[in-house]
Amino acid sequence: MPEVMINTRPARVLVTKIGLDGHDRGSRVVAAALRDAGMEVVYTGPWQSIPDVVKLATEEDVDVIGISSLATDHLLVPKLMRALQEADMAHVGVVVGGIVPDDEEAMLREAGVDRVFHPGSKLDEIVEFVRRRAGEAQQHPERL
Amino acid sequence: MLRRARTGTEAVQPATATSETSAMNKPTQVSLPGFEQWRQDFDEQLPDAREIRNRSGIVIEPLYTPRDVAGDYEDKLGYPGQAPYTRGIYPTMHRGRTWSQRQLIGLGLPEDYNTRVRRILDAGANAISLIPCNSVYRGIDADKLDPEILGTCGTLINTVDDMTACMEGIPLGKISTAMNDPSPFTMLAQLLVVAERRGIDWKHITGTSNQSDYISHFVANHMFFRLALPGARRLLVDHIAHARAFVPGWNPLSVVGQHMQQGGATPAEAMALTLSSAIQYAEDCRERGLDLEDVLTRFTFFFDISISFFEEVAKFRAGRRIWARIVGERFGVKNPKARRFKFHAQTSGVDLTRQQPLNNIARVTAQAMAGIFGGLQSLHTDAFDEVLSTPTEEAARIAIASQNILRHEAHLTDVIDPLGGSYYVERLTDQMEEQILDVIARIDDLGGMYKAVEAGEVQRMLGESAMAFQRRVDDGEEVIVGVNAYDTEHEMDIPVKPLPRPPREHIDRYWQRLADYRANRDPSKTDRALDQLVNAANDPKANLYAAVIDATRAEATQGEIITRLRDTLGDGQPLIVP
Repeated sequence: MPEVMINTRPARVLVTKIGLDGHDRGSRVVAAALRDAGMEVVYTGPWQSIPDVVKLATEEDVDVIGISSLATDHLLVPKLMRALQEADMAHVGVVVGGIVPDDEEAMLREAGVDRVFHPGSKLDEIVEFVRRRAGEAQQHPERL
Repeated sequence: MLRRARTGTEAVQPATATSETSAMNKPTQVSLPGFEQWRQDFDEQLPDAREIRNRSGIVIEPLYTPRDVAGDYEDKLGYPGQAPYTRGIYPTMHRGRTWSQRQLIGLGLPEDYNTRVRRILDAGANAISLIPCNSVYRGIDADKLDPEILGTCGTLINTVDDMTACMEGIPLGKISTAMNDPSPFTMLAQLLVVAERRGIDWKHITGTSNQSDYISHFVANHMFFRLALPGARRLLVDHIAHARAFVPGWNPLSVVGQHMQQGGATPAEAMALTLSSAIQYAEDCRERGLDLEDVLTRFTFFFDISISFFEEVAKFRAGRRIWARIVGERFGVKNPKARRFKFHAQTSGVDLTRQQPLNNIARVTAQAMAGIFGGLQSLHTDAFDEVLSTPTEEAARIAIASQNILRHEAHLTDVIDPLGGSYYVERLTDQMEEQILDVIARIDDLGGMYKAVEAGEVQRMLGESAMAFQRRVDDGEEVIVGVNAYDTEHEMDIPVKPLPRPPREHIDRYWQRLADYRANRDPSKTDRALDQLVNAANDPKANLYAAVIDATRAEATQGEIITRLRDTLGDGQPLIVP
């Protein structure tokens, strides 16, 4: 593996909200920032089901999935991680952003989430992390 | 595409019914010999003074003087309880009655809610609120969803029995209830049926449907948006008409500027979009033949209070003046009660930080002060741990104590509109007013608020403002203590643990109860009421809200009612605006 990942194509990112909540300011701002940074962003808006997200991620061949959660919908993310595994999509990065208590962050990391961004995170930091994680996904044997 | 209001002191020409405002607000050129000297001294000593703009984009000067004060005192400010209500809507304001301390409550199962709300009433509260679980917001019964997310953000309320359990031992008819109850207002329907069963006349039921503003939900968070726009539009007017006829103490509409501002709008944009929504709702009521002299007395408002202190004070003062003029001039309504701009306000969660969360107590205090000086009627102060989790009881207690400290220890309520007459606050009130009128005029040009949101124009405005603000924070232009400045490495130990999620066995117990409810009702009665609901939905002359109450009485669940209405009137799906 090369030390510095070279992205073979622009990062493709799915920005979405699963579950019931509809507060979308965070997801919209992050989606716009990723797009402005040159990434290809698929944005769904709220209320997506886990099968919908897996299907869309497969069809759109995304490198990273960003899940925004304000009102406890992150508690569904472990189910999403299992569904991604079952669909042979485990190489895709998953980041969560929003209101996530510390103990639940640990639970998400254990389930395989790459990173949790809390309120106060800088957009540049999110963009950089997603770009790097997308590079890893593109280099994954599953993809080559 | 909409141009966002980003004007300084210059070049704003509002084109609404109140177009004389701009000329009236033009500062007079008072001769002040010392002023030129001060300006020279200031520029000499601070040659590269940074330009400061508030969140609405208004340039803030280092000093305001009589040069900045414009217009006739009685015309523009007047007295509390008198048009144009700049200084307050009641003659006695906070001297007579401070404000309702209405904290949002909702958690777990109905009996969990009941326990907590009784504790709050025992502690002296005189008003309650009820926040349902997100499953209710989406209009889906709890047994159709994943257990992990049930009861984590609000109370599970799907049936009349659930409402009965929530209100056990609570004197309905003597206590005002604010309900986060979106269209088609199934929670109010359940409450009215509970009142009937207890033999309480509906005319004693008081409170507010505080999430009835479907436009703000469609624009800003989709949270309570369950029916497609046309259905939501019709149901709101039916709800208002029915409440005016049968539940006279109920406020069927609260127009929610909070959603707009939390969704990204600047304070001036949020106020303008709220007023434009209220104009839309008033026009829709008039179209249906409702008497605005009566209906407008029941319009209430709900705003966000950011930490931009003076800007928020000016926002509220300007909004109050504009609404009084809209009601009087645009709608020709004479009833003074209809011109009163009654509002609830909540301190802004967006300003709270996850880093060093106890600092949020100071932030909430400053926000609450701005709201109090802005002349609010009802206040919710955020708990400092809201940014971490659903608030804990201890944090909620501190939030209430903060209000009481401001009131009693700091004596903030001794004088009505105490910032009135400040050169700065009056100038800023005028400037905010001009910006607000500018945005209202642009919404008018787009054909009104309904059309503007249908086209996604308002959503675009919010998205751009949210991004612009985030960029300012990221660039360090907006300093946030502990986040992008001052001691950012310091980690603060939080003295309280986040609320536990409802245990799985509670959810199982609830599911069983819901299954029993469906099994024990008379299915022919329920089915007939749901069929009649569909008939009413297909008949534009029927009052659809009456049919919602009938179906609730016939023991249809909220999910069943909404499913039938969605099938008939269309599902509410978010409009994705790039």
